[in-house]
Amino acid sequence: MQTSSDNILSAVRIEKGFPGTKALDKVDFHLRRGEVHALLGENGAGKSTLIKCLTGAYRRDGGSILLDGAEVDPRDTFDAQRLGIGTVYQEVNLLPNLTVAENLFLGRQPRRFGMVDTRTMNRKARELLAEYELDLDVTRDLASFSVAIQQVVAIARAVDLSGKVLILDEPTASLDAHEVAMLFRIVRRLKARGLGIIFITHFLEQVYEISDRITVLRNGQLVGTRDTSDLSRRDLIAMMIGRELAAEIHSARTEVAEGRLRYRFRNYGRRGRINPFDLDVRAGEVVGIAGLLGSGRTETADVLFGAHRADSGTAEIDGQTVDLSSPRAAIRQKFGFCPEDRKTDGIVGDLSVRENIVLALQARRGWTRPISRAEQNRLADQYIRALDIRTPDREKPIKLLSGGNQQKAILARWLATEPEFLILDEPTRGIDVGAHAEIVRLIESLREKGLSLIVISSEIEELVAYSTRVVVLRDRTHVAELGGDRITAHQIVEAIAAANEREAS
Amino acid sequence: MKQKYLPLTATILIFLLSYALCVAQYPNMLSTRVIGNLLTDNAFLGIAAVGMTFVILSGGIDLSVGAVIAFTGVFLAVVLEQTGIHPLAAFALVLAITTLFGAVMGAIIHHLEMPAFIVTLAGMFLARGMAFVLSIDSIPIKHPFYATLKSLYFKLPGGGRITLIGGLMLLVFAIGILIAHRTRFGTNVYALGGGTATAKLVGVPVASTTVRIYALSGLLAGLSGIVFSLYTSAGYSLAAVGVELDAITAVVIGGTLLTGGSGFVAGTLVGILIQGLIQTYITFDGTLSSWWTKILIGLLLFAFILLQKGIIRLSRNGRQPA
Repeated sequence: MQTSSDNILSAVRIEKGFPGTKALDKVDFHLRRGEVHALLGENGAGKSTLIKCLTGAYRRDGGSILLDGAEVDPRDTFDAQRLGIGTVYQEVNLLPNLTVAENLFLGRQPRRFGMVDTRTMNRKARELLAEYELDLDVTRDLASFSVAIQQVVAIARAVDLSGKVLILDEPTASLDAHEVAMLFRIVRRLKARGLGIIFITHFLEQVYEISDRITVLRNGQLVGTRDTSDLSRRDLIAMMIGRELAAEIHSARTEVAEGRLRYRFRNYGRRGRINPFDLDVRAGEVVGIAGLLGSGRTETADVLFGAHRADSGTAEIDGQTVDLSSPRAAIRQKFGFCPEDRKTDGIVGDLSVRENIVLALQARRGWTRPISRAEQNRLADQYIRALDIRTPDREKPIKLLSGGNQQKAILARWLATEPEFLILDEPTRGIDVGAHAEIVRLIESLREKGLSLIVISSEIEELVAYSTRVVVLRDRTHVAELGGDRITAHQIVEAIAAANEREAS
Repeated sequence: MKQKYLPLTATILIFLLSYALCVAQYPNMLSTRVIGNLLTDNAFLGIAAVGMTFVILSGGIDLSVGAVIAFTGVFLAVVLEQTGIHPLAAFALVLAITTLFGAVMGAIIHHLEMPAFIVTLAGMFLARGMAFVLSIDSIPIKHPFYATLKSLYFKLPGGGRITLIGGLMLLVFAIGILIAHRTRFGTNVYALGGGTATAKLVGVPVASTTVRIYALSGLLAGLSGIVFSLYTSAGYSLAAVGVELDAITAVVIGGTLLTGGSGFVAGTLVGILIQGLIQTYITFDGTLSSWWTKILIGLLLFAFILLQKGIIRLSRNGRQPA
């Protein structure tokens, strides 16, 4: 064990209960000076609850928090900030319409004769950001910079305000590889300055890249704290989900789709979004779509579903040319689409699980032919059972469910329409490892039932697990197609890399 | 040039261009006399519009302004007619009332989480109703102090006059600009316009800022009412109907985003001047119906909304890569 003087922040036997559940059960957590400490666990494991107790957003029921050896009791996030604990969230919580300098110094602008001294403020902002390798025009609005830069500004503000402990809650979720590298350079620099950094993420690669130690929570209890270098990925996953699911996810796919060719897209595309491509999809086939962020993956899905009308090419189903110019038209052809960002495009947060599930079916039938309440209940119960959606009852507002369960409810919505062609855009993004495996199993079972699926994912291992064919995208163009035993993580990475090399030469 | 200055620049260009066109047709319009009258005639609207600018910058709206102006006028007329207190004391009293009125609306908006539209709509009916309770007649104000105030002016070369109320409007704009851009309160107003939830997380005192914004709007509506009573020498409960909409128009033409968070107090002044200029032109012309003012302002407003939409779209596409 470490002596207490090494620890900048110690949480001892933290307890927090919500009606009906015990969110944290006597959890210990120790953060050392100058370390990056990853906090991991499935959704609902208690990560956010622990963070909220540390930052004062929640009042803990029991246990104590020691900062620099002294007991502290933050009443709210500002109090925590004053004490030295700063937090940066996935969505940048700064004001897009204020300048960078104003965002950095909001509420503590330097003043002269009662007026804000803008010149001093801008100079200080430039000095502050110089420590983060950023040389920006600080008088520009924050919104004119990329999310990555906004993220760094948020970190600069948090560190400047608090300066002892920095909590990064999924900071990399919306960044590309290059931006993640920039962020990690900054995190390493802060670590060298002696800050304690808590890092929460779903990306295990990043955990291994940046963290010194890992603490895993499960069901509100501490599973353990390990040195990252001593913990294998398989053991880590086992700690997180408590069963050996890792092997299951990566199980080799053997069969090749032999179903009849049903969907034929020729020269299909939309100018400015996705270059024309040819795509054939058989019944009982999963076509994976791989590529880097911005390569045209989501654009492909949008154009197939008619969310953006194709301006070239033809679509045929069973040899018949069909119209897919709008989502309504696509739904009529028995298409279904689970979009990437379920918060903005998918769920209707305030409606119940039942209402969310029947939404697409009702839309296809038209509002003049309402689905009876009994039928709605039957459908909702059927899918809650079939997909194992964890909710106390079907009338619970869907926003109260965890990410994985929301994702399953959206899948249920489309399955209720009995689609024959289902597009899934990042079905496993932002959900925990356990739900992950269930979604993967679900995709397999849908394929076995004879559905045609298009699955977009940035997790290549996952594509390998369920795809019968993988289309590789680069620069809004379909550049390669891999089938049969060529579907390996190695081959896909090669295809993406080769495509990018060609671009470079 | 930075994108946020684009609407303001457009407003200023439109003003200069239309003024040039007016002068080309009626050379007499290029005189300090016209400019002086422009300021005097629009003083009450301008003062109310400064308050409205702060409200709209914070993402809100204040529909009670016109009714508060009418209430102020009737209150002053009744008090000066029926009691012996000095107008200055009456001014202080009515400003206290309207400021408190605004503060209460702000508190309701924040603490009961009600839309500003509904709360200030209720405030509008309440203020108008209170004016009717005080008197349903148009009461002239004959106090000698009023005559003194009205006789004060600053003479410009060329025969023009900056009257007390015209000068007061310019002063209010100057102070408004300082508050908006050089105080923490001003930054907090913009922060609220950028998103209340985020502003709260960043540490903006949302409650006190909201209350102060509506209190400021109430104070300026009261001041505008005083100016209006000086301008008309009367108090009438049916006066100043729809002034809040003129104020909103001036704010939007002045380049402030109706959804909040972006704009300038100085732009509102130009917005006021454009409205006044159109009115003056129609007076000079003499044959045009005064409804042309409304039609032109309507078209202008529409053009500005389109411009803002375009700018928002541009700024979305124009993000700098990392």
